[in-house]
Amino acid sequence: MTDLHQLTISQAHQLLKEKKISSVELTKASLAHLDKVENKVQACVTSCKDVALEQAKEADKAISSGKIKPLTGIPALIKDVICTRGIKTTCSSRILENFVPPYDATVIKKLKSENAIIVGKTNMDEFAMGSSTENSAFFPTRNPWDMDRVPGGSSGGSAAAVATDEAIYALGSDTGGSIRQPAGFCSVVGLKPTYGRVSRFGLVAFASSLDQIGPITKDVTDCALVLNTIAGHDQQDSTSAPQPVPDFTKSLNPDIKNLRIGIPKEYFVEGMQPEVRASIEAAIKKLQEMGAKVDQEVSLPLTKYALAVYYIIAPSEASANLARYDGVKYGFSYQNTTNMWEAMEKTKQFGFGAEVKRRIMLGTYALSAGYYDAYYLKAQKVRTLIIREFKEAFEKYDALVTPTSPTVPFKLGEKMDDPVQMYLSDVCTLPINIAGLPAISIPAGFADGLPIGLQIIGKPFDEETILHIAYAYEQATDWHKRKPPV
Amino acid sequence: MKLSQKEVQHIAILARLGLSEAEIEKFRIQLSDILENFEILKQLDTTDVPPTAQSIALQNILRPDEAKSSCPVEDILANAPQREGNSFKVRAVLE
Repeated sequence: MTDLHQLTISQAHQLLKEKKISSVELTKASLAHLDKVENKVQACVTSCKDVALEQAKEADKAISSGKIKPLTGIPALIKDVICTRGIKTTCSSRILENFVPPYDATVIKKLKSENAIIVGKTNMDEFAMGSSTENSAFFPTRNPWDMDRVPGGSSGGSAAAVATDEAIYALGSDTGGSIRQPAGFCSVVGLKPTYGRVSRFGLVAFASSLDQIGPITKDVTDCALVLNTIAGHDQQDSTSAPQPVPDFTKSLNPDIKNLRIGIPKEYFVEGMQPEVRASIEAAIKKLQEMGAKVDQEVSLPLTKYALAVYYIIAPSEASANLARYDGVKYGFSYQNTTNMWEAMEKTKQFGFGAEVKRRIMLGTYALSAGYYDAYYLKAQKVRTLIIREFKEAFEKYDALVTPTSPTVPFKLGEKMDDPVQMYLSDVCTLPINIAGLPAISIPAGFADGLPIGLQIIGKPFDEETILHIAYAYEQATDWHKRKPPV
Repeated sequence: MKLSQKEVQHIAILARLGLSEAEIEKFRIQLSDILENFEILKQLDTTDVPPTAQSIALQNILRPDEAKSSCPVEDILANAPQREGNSFKVRAVLE
């Protein structure tokens, strides 16, 4: 059998179940392919071959004793912001360059309980702050569709890796678009679950009220399968929701007749690339032809305030979360002084990159005496208004559909010196985190060979409807079958 | 909102973040630029709007107070930059 690395989860599962392949064979094939393309794509910061092959042997044992679950024996890559016991977790930062977590994140425990195979950790913008993976302290990841362009970010490593079949699927994290935007840029499927749907225990904190872990996969079926495994309440995360977890594969139905889909016009922003607009309009027309009731006249006027709200709240929370990197308990530690404050200041000065410092400064400012009310409190109040606006919209619609990003992938270096331009790259995705909603990005076309993503937004805890629409669209199109020229 | 170098230095001290002279000047310009973009929020009247800290609004998450094992001491101290016995070694706070 050839090209095992190209399989989806559901295909690999079938072959493993029928004992036509073993997990060791599949894992070896994935690792061999990863070795072949990794020097071009640079999606991984750590590969764990030996651990993976051990896990694969265990998985094969489990399978032969009849204990096979959907992810058993299937190789995955994990964004390097998710703690893996005994495997370095760096957040692509100098400050955690040698950090080896003493415990597994809850999502990793869940993967391991199904005998999933972890083949490595993926590159990202440092501490998940960025939209291009160029803020990695180690190296930038390339977009597999055009090596001179960014894969998006911050989960750029995970998205590029799935697009190039370096693993069968990956986990990412999404604070303002960090799963969906790179999924869109690399033409793979990426889901940000409802805030609270997936435990954040062991996810290195960036902005705690916005962060969520989610799947990055080759198709929508795989997305539902991974979500099935990682979702659910967790005592170790007090913000994880006690809601029951449905079997998400049950919502994968190609019939979307009479589903009410709203198209909020504010997401077709000024400066949007005409090719992106054309592709998204074509996708909307397709949904209409498939029988959905599409309303093109939806207005969410508060959308234009989301960027400011996000860039106050996220850096404020980040500045509090990142205060822990003081060089005392773990991580890089500046030693060349006897002065406590100097040690702390230099630890951060040499340990953090420019974007992380910028956000710590921004957040510290927004929370400081005299500015708290004008910035942080104001942003929290506007957050309430944005949540209300979505809530009203969802009284009329089952889902909202927008572009994932206003542009196709941009060139490496293009936005590095202009933080405001970089921030605008997430203008369609970050309102969703502010409101805590679930949203998925799926492949929806190409412009000159560069991918375009379609974003489908759902009600809180209604991942089922967005998976349903995503699946139906995927069945009716073949964008997801195209492979990058790597 | 134009920040001065002094303000940038003050924020850096609050954050205990060391910055070079060049970084102070770069951040002064960039942060001023970013703060400019926040002015838009002033257009909205939020007088009677309650703030939202977290979108799903869970409250009072309680569980029984039972003793459970945590990470072994050796595992935790394995990452310590400096240790002494079973403790993290730190610099003198009071001199």
